[in-house]
Amino acid sequence: MYGARGADVGGMTLQEVRLCGLLLREHFGEVVEKVGKHLLRSGALNLRTIINETGLPLDLVKKCLCVLVQHGACVFSSGRKGPGSPTEYLTSCNRILRILRYPRYIYTAKTLYGDTGELIIEELLQRGHMTMSSTVKTVADRLTQNMEEGRSMEYSEVSSAFSNLVETHFLQRCPPQPGAGGKDKTTAAPTDNPATPAAPAKTTPQTAESFPDCYKVPHMTLSGRGKRQLSTEEGEDQRNAKKPRLDTATHGDEGIYWQVNYERFHLHFRDQAIISAVANKLDQTSSEIVRTMLRMSEVTTSPTAHCTKPLSSNEIFRSLPSSYNIARPILDQYLTLLVDDPMEFVGKAGESGGGMYVVNLHRALANLARATLESVVQERFGSRSARIFRLLLRKRHLEQKQVEDFAMIPAKEAKDMLYTLLSENLVQLQEIPKTPDYAPSRTFYLYTVNQLPTARMLLQNCHKTVANLIERRLFETKESKRLLEKSQRIEAILASLQASGAEPEQLQEVEEMITAPEKQQLDSLKLHINKLDSAENQVDETIFLLESYITGTASST
Amino acid sequence: MAGRGRGAAAFSFNLESLGIGRGSMPEARVGPTPLFPNTEFKPVPLKVSEEEDYMLALKQEMRGTMQRLPHNIKPLCNKAEVERYTERYLKKSKVVDEEWIPDWNLFPKELMPQKKKLRAKAVAKKTTKVSSKDSADMMTKLDELAKKDDGNAEKSDDENDKEKKKNEDEEEEIEAEEYDEEDVEEENDYIDNYFDNGEDFAAASDDNMDTEATY
Repeated sequence: MYGARGADVGGMTLQEVRLCGLLLREHFGEVVEKVGKHLLRSGALNLRTIINETGLPLDLVKKCLCVLVQHGACVFSSGRKGPGSPTEYLTSCNRILRILRYPRYIYTAKTLYGDTGELIIEELLQRGHMTMSSTVKTVADRLTQNMEEGRSMEYSEVSSAFSNLVETHFLQRCPPQPGAGGKDKTTAAPTDNPATPAAPAKTTPQTAESFPDCYKVPHMTLSGRGKRQLSTEEGEDQRNAKKPRLDTATHGDEGIYWQVNYERFHLHFRDQAIISAVANKLDQTSSEIVRTMLRMSEVTTSPTAHCTKPLSSNEIFRSLPSSYNIARPILDQYLTLLVDDPMEFVGKAGESGGGMYVVNLHRALANLARATLESVVQERFGSRSARIFRLLLRKRHLEQKQVEDFAMIPAKEAKDMLYTLLSENLVQLQEIPKTPDYAPSRTFYLYTVNQLPTARMLLQNCHKTVANLIERRLFETKESKRLLEKSQRIEAILASLQASGAEPEQLQEVEEMITAPEKQQLDSLKLHINKLDSAENQVDETIFLLESYITGTASST
Repeated sequence: MAGRGRGAAAFSFNLESLGIGRGSMPEARVGPTPLFPNTEFKPVPLKVSEEEDYMLALKQEMRGTMQRLPHNIKPLCNKAEVERYTERYLKKSKVVDEEWIPDWNLFPKELMPQKKKLRAKAVAKKTTKVSSKDSADMMTKLDELAKKDDGNAEKSDDENDKEKKKNEDEEEEIEAEEYDEEDVEEENDYIDNYFDNGEDFAAASDDNMDTEATY
């Protein structure tokens, strides 16, 4: 029932594997999907075993593994049986599920660092990892492409945006992989080599953070401007703009690869979630105060901390943005209100400095997760069932009669609702015997809700939901495959006609090759696909919230 | 079993303590649940905002781009002739010629493809035997290609791409290669025979009617 219990330790649920398979298929093709899914289900495997068990040819398997490693979805380590044993490959769901969040990462980079930041993150997500110099050149080219004639983007501007992203830890260096590159030992291992024979294959290889130079921008000799591609053929200029430069110029940063630091983005999302929750529950000013507190705590708070370091009311007052000139006593009132609010966003940690305050990161996440669960029950079963659910969350164990009384719902309906929630596993029944013989007439039957396992179950539902959305989208696309191909062909013909300067009548004629009902079908298809895609993005928001709560709670228990 | 004699539905525990009377039990289910059950409460509509629209566009663009990158690995399959017309127009959108060469310092050595060409270059100084063997292979391949050229120009392009791809990909599975070649050769034989028979037949019939008969 709670098969997801092992999810955070590397055990995968059925739904996670199914969703990962679909994501791999959509972005890397069916062959990578097959290899990836096999690895997800089997745990660590060596190359020979993968080939034998998937039945795919050697060269394809090698390519798939390269792609998976390139994107950080697969890690490799020397085998468990000692230094001579073959390399083992291990994939985990978490990294692959991040693909769902790519749009959010890119959009966040845009809001924080503009178009330049946006393109840097987009390129790195698409390519897995790249050197700084090749990223800068590619992004400069892309930006130049969209600028007016005669204008181009300076490499130095892109470099400084890149450096900003590194400084704020949104980008990090790829950790060196033991056992890579034809060398059996890492020659420049900064910390002790984790791929010792005794280490089990499931040990995560060196994380990026354990590498001391993780956030050090290398010295590069790179100057110049982005190049605008001369459009020769349709599509070719776009193609070339996106192609990373294959020129052989070196810039002093060879071998230093960069990747997106997902965890840093997640911290940002977490902060955003808390700030917007405060804004919704209280008001704009309260949310600005919390935003200020979080901003002040950015560098002093570790990613796994339960709450921020205590900040005095004086300090907060001084750090408020200048557009918010509220009086000092008013600030204190706001802080008191925040502390008293049942969502427990802010806590009081002492009296010095006018009062020491913290943001309760874990408690806030737990409460946001709880609100999500309550909302799910409300939307699926109605507000009275939600009332029962909330009651059980707070009071923990209640008997049938107590539920009816506290929820103020007539007995028959309360029983119905409880039965429905029970059958959906949102509520559990616990037996407390009064006598050792467990006689039913002398046993308490208590209804209960346990937040953590329920959150896990709903997270699994979310994975299933997204997988269903993707499958439906693929189905809709497949149903209209011929029509889509026809429309693409016609667009290609139109484009080439326009480039060669055709008459408007000719263009009209080509356009009319698509009949009106066909056009209607295409429009309707586009609407469906957009809806399904957008739904995927929005379910991922819930996934993020539940995941953050589950990992946060699991690590602290 | 205890209550079997009395009535159909009997439970081993006391119903009253659960607070559920016999009459208030829901109906017994008949058959599996329907695939799309009626929902009492309709889902909340999706969020609509500029932000959502932008992220939707980002998502679709990302998907399209990643499907065209060389990271997207297509299964090796013999494309049927029928597809070529569509392909001609769609080919431009594919970044087909861009090859992705990973930095091998970051990958385990065993994932490197064995390149025949590289090997030939690398060991050219050492053993001439190996390189001549490789060039012999190339010669036989070129012969095959030459034969194919007689038959079908387009098809040879296809084969050319496949051969090139095979050389680039490289693997040690001789069985796989042989299988592919056999497959190719069979089709070639058919086509070659078709055309050859036509010419030979015409030539033979004109010149050597008698020799045909004595066979």
